Amino acid sequence: MIHFVLHDAKDTVAVVVVEGVKAGMKLNGWIMDEDKMTGVDARQDIPIGHKVALKDMQPGDTVLKYGIDIGKVVAPIKAGEHAHVQNIKTKRW
Amino acid sequence: MSVISKQTTFLGYRRENGRVGVRNHVIILPLDDLSNAAAEAVAHNIKGAMAIPHPYGRLQFGADLDLHFRTLIGTGSNPNVAAVVVIGIEDGWTQKVVDGIAATGKPVSGFGIEGHGDHDTIMRASKAAREYVQWASEKHREACPISELWVSTKCGESDTTSGCGSNPTVGNAFDKLYELGNTLVFGETTELTGGERIVADRCRTPDVKERFMFMFNRYQEVIERHKTSDLSDSQPTKGNIAGGLTTIEEKALGNIQKIGKKCLVDGVLDKAEAPTGPGLWFMDSSSAAAEMVTLVAAAGFVVHTFPTGQGNVIGNPILPVIKLCANPRTVRLMSEHIDVDVTGLLQREVTLDQAGDKLLESILRTANGRLTAAEALGHREFVLTRLYESA
Repeated sequence: MIHFVLHDAKDTVAVVVVEGVKAGMKLNGWIMDEDKMTGVDARQDIPIGHKVALKDMQPGDTVLKYGIDIGKVVAPIKAGEHAHVQNIKTKRW
Repeated sequence: MSVISKQTTFLGYRRENGRVGVRNHVIILPLDDLSNAAAEAVAHNIKGAMAIPHPYGRLQFGADLDLHFRTLIGTGSNPNVAAVVVIGIEDGWTQKVVDGIAATGKPVSGFGIEGHGDHDTIMRASKAAREYVQWASEKHREACPISELWVSTKCGESDTTSGCGSNPTVGNAFDKLYELGNTLVFGETTELTGGERIVADRCRTPDVKERFMFMFNRYQEVIERHKTSDLSDSQPTKGNIAGGLTTIEEKALGNIQKIGKKCLVDGVLDKAEAPTGPGLWFMDSSSAAAEMVTLVAAAGFVVHTFPTGQGNVIGNPILPVIKLCANPRTVRLMSEHIDVDVTGLLQREVTLDQAGDKLLESILRTANGRLTAAEALGHREFVLTRLYESA
């Protein structure tokens, strides 16, 4: 089963595509652009459609998805944690 | 090998001006809010006629009034519409809409309420509508080359599965239609924020690029002028955020997947403006679903593809809206709204090419007459874009 997908191997976050992801689960990921598999251990429960962090990040770091800048880190994130509005914010507006 | 080729045809209604529609509506179009009651009474009297009520049309001026006329005239002119009855509070502006629609050669007549009252207007307009409905009922579908199908796209209630699944599916279908010479459109100006350079780099000529950046920057100035803090409460929307989208950049990069990998942007349109040739067009437009879909319907598009993540329910009175979704939870909970299920993409069960073909098959079936979920459910959202206050 594929638990999460990412577009580009450089991405630092990925999208959970199944329901029921719980802290402690080993997650299988699919790198769509390269058709390769990867993985991460979930540290938190993550709802379907929400993002899992793939690496540790510090405030000020740029978040990559689609291989492109989608915003900045505003609170420390560990790999396997839920990456969303509580720790990432837009660089625009 | 795609499911479509140059030899592919669909069964459409060829109109007086040569354009091809996929629906055969007779519409009762109010010029203004005051005429909604009469328009709805006529549609109630005459079976097969459809009223399209809306809240505007009084005391507008300048560019905002021009857009009002362009949207109403464009709606009546759309080839999905066989004939039109226009009702307005007074004759002058009513006639302006009638004349605009009459340029297509289709049957249209207008009725002013002042000096007559609702009863007399409803009677006269009902007589015209009855004739039109019976006349339209004898129109037949004929085989038309697929390139004559004008297809629009706009996504809504997006989540992260939109960017991974349903939007790239539209992109794949658009790439295939583009090669065959179809006329295509996308828009949602603010929702390109963070990905505007990607769109700019896809523009065919420096002129198109300049016009695109002009439209993009013009909208950013509107936001800058009116925003209170930042736009994080509206773009992404609360629904987007609940679905897992975090920033406007992330939403924009997902959004842009809809224009595929091969299409170039051949031209730029103002709101509700009709394209002048085949290719992929960008229309400056709101990212609010019903506003954008109303604008592309007014520009003459006849089938709309609408990827959703969290489950938008939108339809349009004259433009069939095909919904596709890659989020298994949404497909399970809101199945009656989803025309094309592409959840298999995110489990690697189908390829993007296969998903694109599945959407193209749905586009063809819809063009041939199959009702979309939104049509069957009676979704007729018609929302006019306003540029500023009335006088």
